[in-house]
Amino acid sequence: MALVPQPLRNQPWGIILLLLVFTGFGVAILYSAAGGSFSPWAGLHAARFMVFLVMALVISYMPEELFKFAALPVFVIILLMLLGVEILGQVRGGSQRWLELGFMRIQPSELMKPAIVLMVARFYSALPPTMIRSWSAIWPLLIMMGLPAALVLLQPDLGTTITICVGAVTVAFLAGLPMRLFVGAGVVAAIAIPLAYLFLLEPYQQRRVATFLNPENDPLGSGYHITQSKIAIGSGGIDGKGFLNGSQSHLDYLPEGHTDFVFATMAEEWGLIGGIAVIIAYFLLLRWGWRLSIDAPSRFSKLLAGGLTMTIFLYAAINMMMVMGLAPVVGIPLPFLSHGGSSMLTVMICVGMLMAIDRQTRRQPQTSLSSGILA
Amino acid sequence: MSILGKGKKKIISAASQNITFNRRSLLIGGAQAGVGLLLAGRMTYIAVAENERYEMLSESNRVNLTLVPPRRGWIIDRNGKPIASNRADFRVDIIPDRLVNPEQTLDELALLLNLPDDEIERIRRDLDQSRGFQPVQVASGLRWEDYAAVSVRLPDLPGVAPIQGFSRQYPAGAAVGHLVGYVGVANAEEYDAEPNPLLITPGFKIGKDGLEKKFEQELRGEPGARRVEVTARGRVVRDLEKRDDVPGDPVKLTIDAELQRYAARRLGEESGSVIVMDCKNGDILCLASMPSFDPNSFSDGIGFDEYAMLREDDHVPLRNKSLVGLYPPGSTIKPMNCLAFLEAGIDPEETVTCGGGTRVGNRFFRCHSNHGTVNMDKAIAQSCDTYFYKMAQRIGMDPVAAMMRRHGLGEEYDLPVQNQFYGTVPDPVWLERKYDRRWTGADTANSSIGQGYVLTNPLQLAVMTARMASGQKLEPNLLVKTRKTKHPAMQISPEHLETIRKGMLHVVHGAGTARRARLPVENVEVAGKTGTAQVVSLSRGDGRNVPWRFRDHGLFVCFAPYDNPRYACSVVIEHGGGSGAAYPVARDVLTFLFDRDRALNDIAALEAGWGGTIEERAATKFAAFQANKAAASAGNESDDSADDEAEAG
Repeated sequence: MALVPQPLRNQPWGIILLLLVFTGFGVAILYSAAGGSFSPWAGLHAARFMVFLVMALVISYMPEELFKFAALPVFVIILLMLLGVEILGQVRGGSQRWLELGFMRIQPSELMKPAIVLMVARFYSALPPTMIRSWSAIWPLLIMMGLPAALVLLQPDLGTTITICVGAVTVAFLAGLPMRLFVGAGVVAAIAIPLAYLFLLEPYQQRRVATFLNPENDPLGSGYHITQSKIAIGSGGIDGKGFLNGSQSHLDYLPEGHTDFVFATMAEEWGLIGGIAVIIAYFLLLRWGWRLSIDAPSRFSKLLAGGLTMTIFLYAAINMMMVMGLAPVVGIPLPFLSHGGSSMLTVMICVGMLMAIDRQTRRQPQTSLSSGILA
Repeated sequence: MSILGKGKKKIISAASQNITFNRRSLLIGGAQAGVGLLLAGRMTYIAVAENERYEMLSESNRVNLTLVPPRRGWIIDRNGKPIASNRADFRVDIIPDRLVNPEQTLDELALLLNLPDDEIERIRRDLDQSRGFQPVQVASGLRWEDYAAVSVRLPDLPGVAPIQGFSRQYPAGAAVGHLVGYVGVANAEEYDAEPNPLLITPGFKIGKDGLEKKFEQELRGEPGARRVEVTARGRVVRDLEKRDDVPGDPVKLTIDAELQRYAARRLGEESGSVIVMDCKNGDILCLASMPSFDPNSFSDGIGFDEYAMLREDDHVPLRNKSLVGLYPPGSTIKPMNCLAFLEAGIDPEETVTCGGGTRVGNRFFRCHSNHGTVNMDKAIAQSCDTYFYKMAQRIGMDPVAAMMRRHGLGEEYDLPVQNQFYGTVPDPVWLERKYDRRWTGADTANSSIGQGYVLTNPLQLAVMTARMASGQKLEPNLLVKTRKTKHPAMQISPEHLETIRKGMLHVVHGAGTARRARLPVENVEVAGKTGTAQVVSLSRGDGRNVPWRFRDHGLFVCFAPYDNPRYACSVVIEHGGGSGAAYPVARDVLTFLFDRDRALNDIAALEAGWGGTIEERAATKFAAFQANKAAASAGNESDDSADDEAEAG
């Protein structure tokens, strides 16, 4: 290996290759969704990915200390951005999710997903072990989680709100908060969710939940998305209709076939085989994440890796459940396949931070207590 | 400090935290793997177990079966000439359900197709009335260029459907309007009555009136089908397969299309009706009623202004006068009444004295002239009312009314028409039931000369004449396939028939009331009877020099040739001012039957005097109507000043 220079050899090639293949598949799907053309989606998707991959690699060289240091300021800045979006929305009327930055439109709620994980991981890594079972381990979490969640819910964006909360709670759970809290919260949630449905959700969200529970109720209204998506997946069968032959996507029956419902677009042409391949790709990526978190040298990086892995998982799981009719339509994209700048940026930030932890772990390996558990 | 209710304190250190972390990360990782397996299972279920169902659904999305409206069967005349046919047609429809922005779409179409304002008004009206799925016709008979102009802009015009199809064509136009009716897009009620998807297929038209409606099932045919690949927005991507339509069956009428057209033309500016029947078999050769509507424009979806003009016209072009125009038959029923007198035993040579009328009860009934000594023949030829007053008094109303019914008055015939009025044959029983009063001699007198309560439609008069001419109980017939070769006899003695036919001959070829009704044709003699039906009592004037709507109706019934009756004809001219308006029409129509070229020559000169053919006059009239309307709407603003001037004047 002496022929290969040190910096090149030191890259996490396995994961880069996985993401390249995965995103390449996404490019192919988007190419087909546009009716066999690189514009408007596939080309841009590929270009963005290359840019964000470089960004992830840059992030991967940042020391853990920098993450620790940046956690609070970044969190506050993004919180302010969320507030700004909310104010803009009030001024302009209607719901607002974007901030125009001139060169790109950015969705602060997306950036909040890794930011909250970073923040909560920072908090618990700084908390003395003895205090983990006390109030002071809980109320900061509620504030850190509550502020952005409330702002995002105002947008209103239920999918992102759930992702933010689950990300924060996951880190807290990994940090060792008493199990009874989570069991209790689960019970409370079981009671609160119906109430929230009745009093908190916007009518259109209520419709979505109702539709999700019974899509046949409203075949041309809000159930249309799910129905058409299931038709696309179901008609693909085991080996799909073949590349460029998906009628559901090509004839516009499948709404959002290049963004939220890209999985259905894929499944129609690549069938169950394609679907399993996508699930396996996520499995490999997440396995890498969990291994990092278990092998990571410091408590902070362990928590951070676990939280980031969960964040990526939430994207994929909620999206795929949505397109298969197991979850309401909440508008969460599928990482690496869906066309969309903000979500790809967010996911690649997560990947970049995971790579950074990877790099540091390899520099100062720690004997794992549980290596190979998830292998 | 501790939030654990448990008494015992756990020792928490970094090491134990690590163990906790590993345990819990394992838990989460396991849960995530579980979700992954769940997704894989769910996907397998959808894509494998339910694959067939979803494949079918995807296919039914992708493939759209559109019906192709069948070509409507022709309506043809006795010689196979088309009365209603089809022509290739480029049309544009709107499917209201698929409209995204109605106003903008309409504006765009108006610009592309140069639609006039009243057309746009009609489209708006149709859009309001239609159900969402029903196509609304925008324009038909388009030039290929216009059709193409709309077709290429389809992506920006959701809900607009350009269609290549067939549209109904009526070569004779208004001449056959009342006879055949018209076709149009099925409305909500029609669809409810027959929920057939064909009815809401763009381009399909259903019979709305007349024969088109009556023979809907025969004329309709079987729709073709076309399988196309469509996008979710309904744009056709490509054709997959086609099944051809089965055209509807033709319906063959007994009508002579050329005669019908000629009769309609000959009615000219008058409002009236011409019926010609075949005395051999009851075939209706001509059933003209004018003025009429042009079924061509009705079938294309008539313009708002055009319809308003038809509705407001005092000549009632929307009423089929042949069947639902009821008139007192006046003197035209005198020959038939004579048959009743003869059967009651009155000698045709017996005379009465006409001194310009006679007294019935305590009223004096006038005759239109002073006829002196009158026998039956003279009574018919010169239409002496006095003779009828007296003879009818003698035999009473019942035998007269019975004779009327035997001749088909007061009857609805078994004809494939939308509606016909049966009119009135009055008698004491009827009067008692209807007006709750007793029949008097005055009623008999009035009925005997075809006034009073007697009401007939022109077809009945033709049937009456045909039965007198043939001695057979002819049933009027419109369809070749329902033609009867044998008809029962009228059971009237041949001598009696001979007597009244002679009287009718003398009306034209004698010292009668219609000597100018002779045909300019060698060896063809016409026998007929004039009639004048009062519209208002003579106290309002003489029935001639009064406003149009108070004038007398002019009537004429006749048959020819006299010696071997072939054609029976009735003509009614509404408010014609007397029979003088009717018999020239009958004369020319019969001339047409015996010498076409001559009749066609003569009519050209007449039409020049009236201001052109039926179509030309209709166009002129419509232009005037629109100009008036425009002037009226412009005049509304200057009304006040006009009033001031009027007061000053």
